[in-house]
Amino acid sequence: MSMLRTILLRREAGIAVMIVLFCLAVGTVKPQFLTLGSLRIVLLLVPLIMIGAMGQMLVIVARHVDLSIGSMLGLTAMATGMMFRFHPEIWWPLGFALSIGLGALLGLFNGLLVTMFRLPAIIVTLGTLSLYRGLTFILSNAKQIDRQYVPSALKGMSQTSPIFGVPWIIFMAFGVALLTYWFAMHTRVGRQVYALGSNPVAAPLRGIDVTRVTLMVFAISGALSGLAGIMYASRWGFVNPSNTGSGFEFQVIAAVVIGGVSINGGVGTVAGTVLGVLLLGCVSAALPLLGIPGTTQSAIYGAVILVALVIDRLVRLQGQRPEARASA
Amino acid sequence: MTSTIAKPLSLTRDAAPPRPMWHVVLVRPETMTFVLLVLGVVVGSQLSEFFLDINYILKSFTLYAEFAIVALVLTMVIIAGEIDLSPASNMALSACLFAWAQQAGVPMPLAILIGLGSGLAMGLLNGVMVIWLQLPSIIVTIGTLTLYRGLAQVIAGDKSIRVPEWFTGINAVFVAGIPVPVLLFAALSVVLGLVLGTTIFGRQIYLIGTNEVAARHAGVRSRRIKMILFLAMGLASAVAGLMTASRLGSVRYDLGLGGELQMVLMAMLGGTYIFGGRGTILGTFLAAWLLVIVTTGMIVANVLPAWQLCVLGILLIVSIIATNFIYSRTQR
Repeated sequence: MSMLRTILLRREAGIAVMIVLFCLAVGTVKPQFLTLGSLRIVLLLVPLIMIGAMGQMLVIVARHVDLSIGSMLGLTAMATGMMFRFHPEIWWPLGFALSIGLGALLGLFNGLLVTMFRLPAIIVTLGTLSLYRGLTFILSNAKQIDRQYVPSALKGMSQTSPIFGVPWIIFMAFGVALLTYWFAMHTRVGRQVYALGSNPVAAPLRGIDVTRVTLMVFAISGALSGLAGIMYASRWGFVNPSNTGSGFEFQVIAAVVIGGVSINGGVGTVAGTVLGVLLLGCVSAALPLLGIPGTTQSAIYGAVILVALVIDRLVRLQGQRPEARASA
Repeated sequence: MTSTIAKPLSLTRDAAPPRPMWHVVLVRPETMTFVLLVLGVVVGSQLSEFFLDINYILKSFTLYAEFAIVALVLTMVIIAGEIDLSPASNMALSACLFAWAQQAGVPMPLAILIGLGSGLAMGLLNGVMVIWLQLPSIIVTIGTLTLYRGLAQVIAGDKSIRVPEWFTGINAVFVAGIPVPVLLFAALSVVLGLVLGTTIFGRQIYLIGTNEVAARHAGVRSRRIKMILFLAMGLASAVAGLMTASRLGSVRYDLGLGGELQMVLMAMLGGTYIFGGRGTILGTFLAAWLLVIVTTGMIVANVLPAWQLCVLGILLIVSIIATNFIYSRTQR
């Protein structure tokens, strides 16, 4: 355990070093990158990804994966937007309840399919990715929710700030990260997620209710996608049936994998994931400053996923060379 | 599995009688597909008289032939216990590279070679990551899915690149009344069906998917075979990409967007077992037709495109549940 710990610590230290080096490198070319203004840009880029990444981290630690988060984000944002549009009299914070509740239900549906029929999560969520996106179109009749329908108090959460000029949604994102840390490290179920991911065969023998834990991680992933959904409406002020949340899953998986969460389950920390999200945020903030067109963003995400995978693999090979060689 | 081990422990028993023919046929993976296909045709013909027009169906099939061709190779990859989610992005990138090269003045044959070569290179990258670095193919190909699509976007930007006039319209070329893409699909089905069903190489693919460790101990060169499959995947995707470019007459980075879902769906609907070791080319062949019948049926019946997304997603989930169920039944 202690060796695993040191590797993990090294991983997180490694990402932190990468962030610092990256910022310094960009800063030498464009000094304005190292100002508080660009920190604000970075922080405003990351809340959605950070919230999605917390759910995805738990799912991946439990040795599953959730590809449907982008579609869940879109569907919950659309449902909330429709509520604002047709029932503007409703007290707007209820949008959070609707969005998070609906997200949890959608996630639970993923989890039910995975546990009841013993299907691989990747195929199930590939199917629900398409299903939920289709439902978004049907629900909205393929119409966008425009700016004027989103309550200004909600939009204000991305601009107004309780303290130090830092908008609400950033506090919420870090609050979710802290809650996830508490859940993963200090609750019984949280520890069971890790146990399940490290050894799915041994976990039930130790008395872990595998079905319950699996359902829970998928429901959490869905609920957090729902939270990201209403925050999308807050951040951008509109909800579009085809754009909202599309490709979100790849950004989130990139962040999680960079953050050192092992795709083989059982390994991953909140701190690492947060750093992974921040690194991704720094990269996206630096691109326009360096004059690199936004069209390269997707390629960079892809490259970053692959590089992180290779690093993950090499680190693990380092840790257990003889066995790894034997099984090769 | 446990029951087969437990049996010898019981008292002496004669060999089980051979299963009746209907039983053997019933539990074949592609039977379900065939039944659904017949059902689809019957229902579709009730909806519209256009539907029974074979030319209409063939014409509709050209829209899906590219994905269907890749799905045939994907079936073999899945049978070998791996998966590849990147082919649709691969199609876009190889088509973009081809279009970009020919626009930059590279002679056409060379540009086509560049397209095909880049497809192979992308397959190689997938193979290297999965086989040499032993990373799970599902995550690797999610990464390359993003990467290839992103590179296509870098090359083509948001503009579409036109391809020369003579190169366009492969779907409008008919041989013996059948569009060329459909013909290519059928020919490849026969070839791959023979490879998978009758050759040693084909049997080895099943063996790897059933139990890779055992296969390796039995002398099957699993790494080499898997690498061949990933390369074939890359090449098939590049061919499909060029065919799409020819059909559309221009190339954009979002060519074939979301196609991986349809390809996986075709393989799954054809009864291919997602964990490997089971599946047939015939199944995927039938499933491709089924998918075309279902989608054209929905178009004929004026179903909103949004519902089609839903139906595809539901079909995917139901088809895995069904194949898993049938599979567990046959294991008893």
